[in-house]
Amino acid sequence: MNRIYLDYAATTPLHPQVLNVMLPYFSTEFGNPSSVHRYGQRADNAVETAREMIAALIGCQPHEVIFTSCGSESDNLALRGAAWAAREQREARHILISPVEHHAVSQTAEQLATLFGFELEYLPIDEFGRVNPGDVARLLREDTAIVSVIHANNEIGTINPIAEIGDICRARGVIFHSDSVQGAAHLPISVSALNVDLLSLGAHKFYGPKGVGALYVRAGTRLHPSQTGGSQEFGLRAGTQNVPYIVGMAEAFKLAQNHLVAHQAQLSALRDHMIGTVLEEIPDAKLTGHPVERLSNHASFVFEGVDGNNLLMMLDVEGFACSSGSACKTGNPAPSGVLTALGLPRNWGLGSLRVTLGRDSTAEDLKSFLNVLPRLVKQSRTIMGRG
Amino acid sequence: MDGFARIESTNIRKYLLDPRILRSISRTMTKIVVAMSGGVDSSVAAALLKAQGYEVIGMMMRLWSEPGSEAENRCCTIDAMNLARRMAAQLDIPFYAVDAKDVFRATVVQYFIDSYADGITPNPCLLCNRRIRWEFLLQRALALGAEFMATGHYARVRTENTRHPSSVVGRIELLKAVDANKDQSYVLHVLNQKKLAHAMFPLGAYTKPEVRQMAREFGLPVAERSDSQDLCFLGNGTYSDFLIRNAPGIATPGPILSRADEELGQHNGLAFYTIGQRRGLGIAAPQPLYVIRKDAARNALVVGTVDELGQNELHAHNVNWITGIAPAKPIRAEIKIRYKAHPAWGTVTPLNDDRVHIQFDENLRDITPGQAAVFYVGEVCLGGGIIE
Repeated sequence: MNRIYLDYAATTPLHPQVLNVMLPYFSTEFGNPSSVHRYGQRADNAVETAREMIAALIGCQPHEVIFTSCGSESDNLALRGAAWAAREQREARHILISPVEHHAVSQTAEQLATLFGFELEYLPIDEFGRVNPGDVARLLREDTAIVSVIHANNEIGTINPIAEIGDICRARGVIFHSDSVQGAAHLPISVSALNVDLLSLGAHKFYGPKGVGALYVRAGTRLHPSQTGGSQEFGLRAGTQNVPYIVGMAEAFKLAQNHLVAHQAQLSALRDHMIGTVLEEIPDAKLTGHPVERLSNHASFVFEGVDGNNLLMMLDVEGFACSSGSACKTGNPAPSGVLTALGLPRNWGLGSLRVTLGRDSTAEDLKSFLNVLPRLVKQSRTIMGRG
Repeated sequence: MDGFARIESTNIRKYLLDPRILRSISRTMTKIVVAMSGGVDSSVAAALLKAQGYEVIGMMMRLWSEPGSEAENRCCTIDAMNLARRMAAQLDIPFYAVDAKDVFRATVVQYFIDSYADGITPNPCLLCNRRIRWEFLLQRALALGAEFMATGHYARVRTENTRHPSSVVGRIELLKAVDANKDQSYVLHVLNQKKLAHAMFPLGAYTKPEVRQMAREFGLPVAERSDSQDLCFLGNGTYSDFLIRNAPGIATPGPILSRADEELGQHNGLAFYTIGQRRGLGIAAPQPLYVIRKDAARNALVVGTVDELGQNELHAHNVNWITGIAPAKPIRAEIKIRYKAHPAWGTVTPLNDDRVHIQFDENLRDITPGQAAVFYVGEVCLGGGIIE
């Protein structure tokens, strides 16, 4: 069967060029970057070159880039590290995040509140899942340890006004983190323009390998390590660096950022065609997330009276791989927290569908997808006893 | 078809060519959903169908468990789900989990609780087969474009004509499994022609030891997994603890009466006793006493001596005839009054309103309201109903 992958926000295939630059570090160049000998020196050089490449791409100093095992680990280190340090330094106990954060941020913040005595507060969002910078200014406190707002949301694709929020935080001397695991695959990243102190990246969203990420830490931002041990990564992340993956991440990020403009234009045209067609041809369908301020590859919908999980199965059987806000492989769906935060009632929120495009997506793929989707939504509604 | 390269078995050809399983339909592009549980039976069913070249899709329902006991639910724990998913991956078939928690709680579990509250002893597996597996899940299987849904039940279907659901002309019969020890036609007697037209029971022609052997030969890691026993949603607890937690009113004590209405003692709640039960009545009597019946209206447990135990007739309601048509005249049949009961000869007389009267040739000791009476002629299951 001809399968069509439309879930690039979940993960992307490794770019062949990225695989090539990684391969030597699995075999001949196997050294430990911390070793004294030549093997170690060559591995260390590879890691530091990768660090410089990423630093150059996001406009920071190399020592401000910390390699981690994934975007989630970057979020964990940012939240936990900054919160602990701010409490030790100035008795700050208040954490301010949006209600549309990735779980790596929200669950870490919840744990800081329940186990470590922090006070967690959620920012309001508008109907598109966007944070208003004015609300940040209003809710910031003397004892705010960290503010975290997602750059671009994974479920609904909405892009937040990170630069304005960062500006406000900086003026008040509060650390500002943004999870850009989705965003960095599609948006130009300049840490100075974005006014962030901490920024999370994950390689597999931009055709790099799974299992490697990075955290930008602005010089002077105090963090406690959340993984302790050796002094790798400037003492912020213990453990022998994953050399081949780090090398792959830098290469993938270079390719992604260098081809951003062409890539974006091509994808957003496809995306807009898809959104228009779905809303025209399927009754009781809504776009979730912002109509304009959204990721160029990202379309997300809710269909009233549809079991999103069921729709995904039917799509998969027809050869289309998509995802949903409440996707759950154990058949235990709960309406997604993000969709609930948008104020969607349950009978809409359970019927979510996310279609995310990528490098290999073509107009023909999309055409065949749009050919079957209305029928499957209708069928799913029949099962649910509607329509 | 991708073939079955991932099934490592030197004997696979034996099964591929096994005449017992070959059917006279074209397999190319025939989609079959297999209802999986992570156990041996449904896994082998999936493997057999895959080995025969069908396009097989695994589906598994997430059923309801009492909050706090989810981990103990035998058939749909995360563990069982992961096992089923691994099995599907090994067979290289897609696998989808379906949430059936709400509908299972609202129908099967509610029926279980309500029945006990009414003084009858339900068999929730029957309702699950009727309303959940062969309705809720079948509907979803058909929506995926499947023509058939297969389960790991030990039973068989026989059709006079083609099995293609869109062209069923002949009547479809439900037959006992070849393995008499494992026969599960009892719980499938609730199926009708429409559902049977989509039903496949690949294991019906095999014995359980053969199925385990196939699991080993297919290299399925569940080959040695033990069979599930109790009701899935009870976990490790007993049904009486479950009822006390979920239907508090059920533990209402009442009188234990003789057939002459003498009060002999107190019971702890009708739900905790079964017809024919002797132990645990807490009555000192010159001869052993047995539970004869439950009088829900008076919340009384009626007991008597072994001579008083037993009946030679019953009425059943909600009768399902597999053919869809009740016989015009009384029929001689073998009747099972419980899943594990020995069949007993009797005469089944169809009445109005989907009821039947059954006259047994001999007294039966444990005719239990709420259980199903299922009728057989030879290996053919004719149908059944709920004992009144």
